[in-house]
This record gives sequence, C-alpha cells and structure tokens, in this order.
Amino acid sequence: MTALLPRRGLAQILALIVILAVDRVVSPQFFDLRLQDGRLFGSLIDVLNRGTPVALLSLGMVLVIATRGIDLSVGAIMAISGAIAASLADSHSMAVVLAAALGAGLVCGLWNGFLVSVLGMQPIVATLILMVAGRGIAQLITEGRIVTFSSPDLVWLGNGSILGVPVPVAIALGMLVLTGAVVRGSALGLLIEATGGNARASELAGVGTRAMILAVYVWCGICAALAGVIAAADIMGADANNAGLWLELDAILAVVIGGTSLFGGRFSLVLAVLGALIIQTMNTGILLSGYPPEFNLLVKAVVVLAVLLLQSPKLSGVANVATRLRRTKA
Amino acid sequence: MENSLDPAPPLLDVRGISKSFGAVRALQEVDFTLRAGEIHALLGENGAGKSTLIKAVTGVFPRDAGIVRIGGEEVTPRSAKAALQAGIATVYQEVNLLPNLSVAQNLFLDRQPMRFGVVREGEMRRRATAQLAGFGLDIDVAAPLGSYSVAVQHVTAIARAVDLSARVLILDEPTASLDRHEVEILFKIMRQLAKRGIGIVFVSHFLDQVYEISDRITVLRNGRLVGERETASLPRLELIRMMLGRELAETTSARAATREHQAREVCASFENYGKAGYVAPFNLELRHGEVVGLAGLLGSGRTETARLVFGAERADGGQVKVEGAPVRLQSPRDGVRHGFGYCPEERKTDGIVAELTVRENIVLALQAKRGLYLPLSRREQDEIARRYVRMLDIRPPDPERPVGLLSGGNQQKVLLARWLATSPRLLVLDEPTRGIDVGAHAEIIRLIRELCDDGLALLVISSELDEIVTYSDRVIVLRDRAHVEELAGEAIDVGNILAAIAADSVTVALEAHT
Repeated sequence: MTALLPRRGLAQILALIVILAVDRVVSPQFFDLRLQDGRLFGSLIDVLNRGTPVALLSLGMVLVIATRGIDLSVGAIMAISGAIAASLADSHSMAVVLAAALGAGLVCGLWNGFLVSVLGMQPIVATLILMVAGRGIAQLITEGRIVTFSSPDLVWLGNGSILGVPVPVAIALGMLVLTGAVVRGSALGLLIEATGGNARASELAGVGTRAMILAVYVWCGICAALAGVIAAADIMGADANNAGLWLELDAILAVVIGGTSLFGGRFSLVLAVLGALIIQTMNTGILLSGYPPEFNLLVKAVVVLAVLLLQSPKLSGVANVATRLRRTKA
Repeated sequence: MENSLDPAPPLLDVRGISKSFGAVRALQEVDFTLRAGEIHALLGENGAGKSTLIKAVTGVFPRDAGIVRIGGEEVTPRSAKAALQAGIATVYQEVNLLPNLSVAQNLFLDRQPMRFGVVREGEMRRRATAQLAGFGLDIDVAAPLGSYSVAVQHVTAIARAVDLSARVLILDEPTASLDRHEVEILFKIMRQLAKRGIGIVFVSHFLDQVYEISDRITVLRNGRLVGERETASLPRLELIRMMLGRELAETTSARAATREHQAREVCASFENYGKAGYVAPFNLELRHGEVVGLAGLLGSGRTETARLVFGAERADGGQVKVEGAPVRLQSPRDGVRHGFGYCPEERKTDGIVAELTVRENIVLALQAKRGLYLPLSRREQDEIARRYVRMLDIRPPDPERPVGLLSGGNQQKVLLARWLATSPRLLVLDEPTRGIDVGAHAEIIRLIRELCDDGLALLVISSELDEIVTYSDRVIVLRDRAHVEELAGEAIDVGNILAAIAADSVTVALEAHT
C-alpha cells in the first residue's frame, strides 16, 4: 500500500519527532507508560486519546479538500450528533443511539454535498450555512442545557479500552483503515484526485464528478458525527455550545500539515491523521510544560508555519539550489 | 521601409544573449534585430527558445549574457514593467488583463483619468471608445473584458501597450485562438502600427500567416540562432528545414485518394439533433473507418457540434442511434458508455489533469467507464500506460511524470491514449494539432489516418483547411451555428470549403460572444 504511506511524509514525521523530543524535555515522564485496570496510561496515550476527534474530522476533511472543497460545518455536526447521542443514551439501546447520531451526520453531509455538487455553491459558503445553523440545531436538541447521561455503553465508547488501547483510539484507527480500504481499494482515490485536480476535464473523461463530491461530504459528515459521539461519551454529556467548537479549523490545519493542497488533487489519509497528531502533541506538551494554555495558540502557529515552509515550492526551490551547490563543490 | 542600408541604428538590437536554467542551456548567444516599422516573425519548434528569448529581453528573468539596445541605447529591464517603460510591450497568448474589469478600466489600469481623487468614468470611457475606434473596434467599453471574444481582448491588450508608448510590440501567438476573420482584423491593425514606425515581433505556429504578414523571419532551434531571412526570398520548404533541422516529407502529401469507397457500416447517427441557441438541428452519420472533418470559422458551431455528439452538452431535440439502436446521450458519462471519446480543444482546462501522472491521466477514462468497483490494479495501469507511451511515442517515456510537465504535443498524445485505452468506436477530436510543433503535428495526422484504418469513426475539427482536406473522407461545413454543406470525395478541396464558408458573405462582427 504505497498509496497509503507516500514518500513525501518526511517533513511531517520529522516535525512529529522534534515535537515529541521537545515534549520529553519539558516533561521527563512523557514517554512513560503504565498498565492499570487493563488500560494503558501515560502522556503518549493521552495524546492519541485527545487527538481522536480531530483525527476523525481530518479523515473526512482530507477527502473534501482533495476535491477542492472545504467543510466548515464539522464542528457543528459534532455538536448535533453529540446532543442526539446524549439525549437518547439513557432511554434507547446503543444501536439506536449510534444509528441516530451517525444518521444525523449523514444527513448533514448530504445537505452540504447537495449545496456544493448539485446547486454549485462555493464550498466555503455552502458549509458556512450549516456551521452557523448546526450549533443552533444542537442547542434546540439539548434545549440549551448540558445534557448528561449515564448509559454505561456510551460511556465505554469514550472511556473504555480494548486490549489496553482506549476505545476512541481504536475507533480512529479502525476508521483510518476503513477509509483507506474504501478509497484506495476502489477507484475512488484516483477519481477524487482527478476531480480535485481538474473537475471539467474529469467530467469530460466520464468521471461522475458530482457523485464524487456528494460522497466526500457525506463521508465527512459521518466522520464528524462519530467524533461528536466520542467527544460526548468522553465527558458523559453534551454541551451544544462548546462541543467541537473551532475544531473545523484544527481539522483543516491537520489536512494542510499533512501536505494536501487546498487547491485539491493529491491527498494522503495517513498524513492528515499524522497532522492531527502533530497538533495534539503540541497541545499536550504545552499543558504538561506548565505554561499558560494561551501559549498554545502561538506555538501552534509557529509550528504550522514551519511545516508549511518546509512544503512550500519556492523554499524547496531554494533548498534544491543549495543542494546542487553543495554537490558541485563536493 | 526595408532598406538594409538604413544608417539609423535598428530599433531593437539584441546581441549574444544567453540563458541557462540549471544545466539546460535554453539560449546560446542569440542575436536578433528588429527595425522600426517592420513585422518580424520569430519562429521555431516548441522548445526552440522563442519564449525564453522574449522573456530574457523583457526582463521577466535575468539573462546570463548579452546586450539589448533600443534605438542604440543599452537597456537592462528588470521586470516586464521596466521593459514597458523602456518601450517594449509584450502581449502573450493568454492575455494578461483582468477579465472582470471593464474594457475601459483595463485600458487605463494604473493611470485612470482622475479629478479630485475620483476616477472620471465618463472621460475614461470616452477616451477608451475613441482609442479602440482607431483600431476599428466599436464595442461597449463599459462591459467586462471577459465578456468579449479573445480577439477583442487581444486588440485591447495591444491598444493598451501601444498607448503606453511602446515602440517595440511583441505578440506571442496572438492568432492561436482567433478565427480567419479576426486574424485579418488583427493583421490590419499590425500593418497600421508598423506604418507608424512601431516594430512588431510576431511569434506564431501558423506559417501561412507568417508569409502573409511578416517582412523578415528569424528562426531559432534548440536555443541557437539558425538564421535571419527576408520573408519574400525564403521558400516554405527551406523555412521548415531551418526550423526542424532536417528534411521533412511534405506533410500534405496527396491524400489517400485510392481509399475505396466501399459501403461502410454506420457507427453512430444523429437525426435532427440540435439545441436551441447552440447549434441548429443537424443530421449526421458517422461510419466506421471514416474521417469526417468539420470546417468553419470560430464560433460557427464546430466545437458545439462536437460537444453535442459526445454528450458534453444536452440536445433539446432529435435522436441518436449507436450501431442502429436508439440510445440516451445526456452526459459525458453516457458518451463514454457508448464508446465515444472526445479530445477537447482546450487541453489545459478541459483535457489533462496536470498534477496527476501520465499513467493516471491515461487510465482515467477507462477507469471511469469501468466504475468505482472495478479498479484497475497498479499492474494493469502500468501495462496500459507503458503500451500507449510506446505506441504513441510519448516523451519523455516516463509514465510517472506529472502530465503538466509535458509539452503540448505530448499532452495531446496522452489525451489520445486516454481514449484509445477505452477501445472507443467513435473519437471526436477538436483541433488536435493546435499549438503543437511541426514535428508532432505530422505525427498526429498520421495517427488519425491509422486509427481510421483500424475501423474507428472519427470526427475531426480543424481550422487548418489544408489539414482537413488531407485526412477527411467527408467534410461538413458550418456557418452561423448550422451545418450548411457537405463535401465528399473529389469535391473536397480548400477552395470549395472556403466557398461554402463564405457563401453568404458572412459578416462576423467582432462582437461579444460568451
């Protein structure tokens, strides 16, 4: 599966290693792991666990961005699905709860996809509609309160563990494998990249570009809904005001750090998830370092700038020249 | 005007200009002389160094060596803007103006007439109208530039350049997307400007036009100067030899007149097929092993016919039959399903996916035809790509290279390969040789013939009548968005086609067409 792990991931892997090293310096116990009640604990596990929602969002977002789109509504979809899951958790079976929450995500995705692919709206505006309206819908579902629940099944989804691995992490990993299998196992990957690279040409080559676009928004909606359920399960309640707030921006950031261009075309699922992990590793490191969390935003900005500079074609042009000079001297 | 004993220094004098990109020597000690009041054609195959020369002279990028003098005075512009101030204006094939602004705003961009810090719209429009009238253009200058044809956009760009007191005007492929009538208007303007003492550098692939308009010709090949000659004393064959550096069998060798006119099977037929405001309803039968040429001026409905035939545009009436059976043809997907293929005129915007590799571009239509659930394995993809790279001699022969890095001719071959891989029954080719250098040109024409001999039905659009005459079994002539004449067999020649096009003394005004 070379398509899942392209050679171009070097910048991201280096960035992650550097940030991990910095984390190790500010917090000497960073790499410690211990097993307690059949579940692994430690900062690294914490990074994975906390990073799950953004990782899930980025799995959908990377496909949307590959078609030259963007989905600003994923944070709001998280709030909606979280609110639905929390409201139903104590009165319905787990299957119903999940079906309702993920179904809501699917409907949201269909709506976005309809606006973009059928009506031809610009993605940023089309999804802005649901970004604004979605949070209102979530608040209507929770009637403005923070809805708590105690359903052990749902709680397990956010806090349980499978073979020592936290359930959210296992779910995110499962979704990565599933998405990869669907996208690269079928022709979807090529057709999405073609659609994003040149929609008109792809259409004329017989690619069903509208169906492609609809599909990626639907998948993005489902991923966001799953992230919302996990976020709600984690805190055993749904807060329509704050669930998933601003996470659409982290998801976009993760995708961009993962090297997928906002102009569409080539994408990498693994690198997008890696991007999400880079963001979370930074967040956790700053928390552990004892600096006020306000620094988080600044440090994040600097790291993002660094990763993007590494990918910038102009800069790589300079780097190439430098390499060539060095070679000619040698 | 063309007196070589002219004692005055030449208007533009370029001596020993060189430019390298890394290890590639794009220009090697090239000289170029432009006299005041002359139209000087700059010719060469793709990659000969024409664009590099223009860009090195106008300071788009710095030159490695060489001197540029204007009117005897040495200049070293560091940007296109500085070049303009020195008196050299360049109008590129893709007009570098702002399509969303009005024509007047484009003309006066950066130097609008102002009063009390406010742009005087009325004054600007009046001056713009007057200025364009001088070029024989009577249009609404308040309309956005993008709403006008490419020809109008070109004239606007030229008007702007001339008004900025350019003495040297460089026109890079100005006629590539103009029809015959528009070309004539452009040529008239060029002659007018030359008469006023402006020196014009004319870059073009169209040799007919070069012979029609230019006074002298400079030929480049592989970044070197091959020669500078008076147009009148340079036979065409000699010119082609200079450009190619080799003997070229006349590409327009008599067409295979011996081709038997046996009854060929109908591949696809269109009855009363058309779309209101697009193309008038037409009847068209396309047969296996037959090339049908579509001739007509730009905007006469050629591309529109092609798009209807392929399914890129929906007809609002009529019937389509494929191999005798009525079918639905509502989208490109339908077309692909029926075994149709379409190489559009605009390769970059409608054809290739620049970022994807040659391999991915070649398998795209086949994959779309097979559907999502029958993905071609990487091995199958490699095999298909390798087969067509070899068969069509795509260069460089690297299937993993992004197709955007290939030359125009090779991109065209990749598009052909994309459709051939789907084993089509009908191929629609819209201007398959446009913007392609002479060598690849002949090759594409040879391919068209071979495909036809293999039993494919072909519908080919071309502005080059010589070309159409060479390979067509039948020629359909279009005028004003309707099919007006069909020529077959002996009746196919350039004269007859021109007569059919001109039958109604068409007045193709240079008006807005979207």
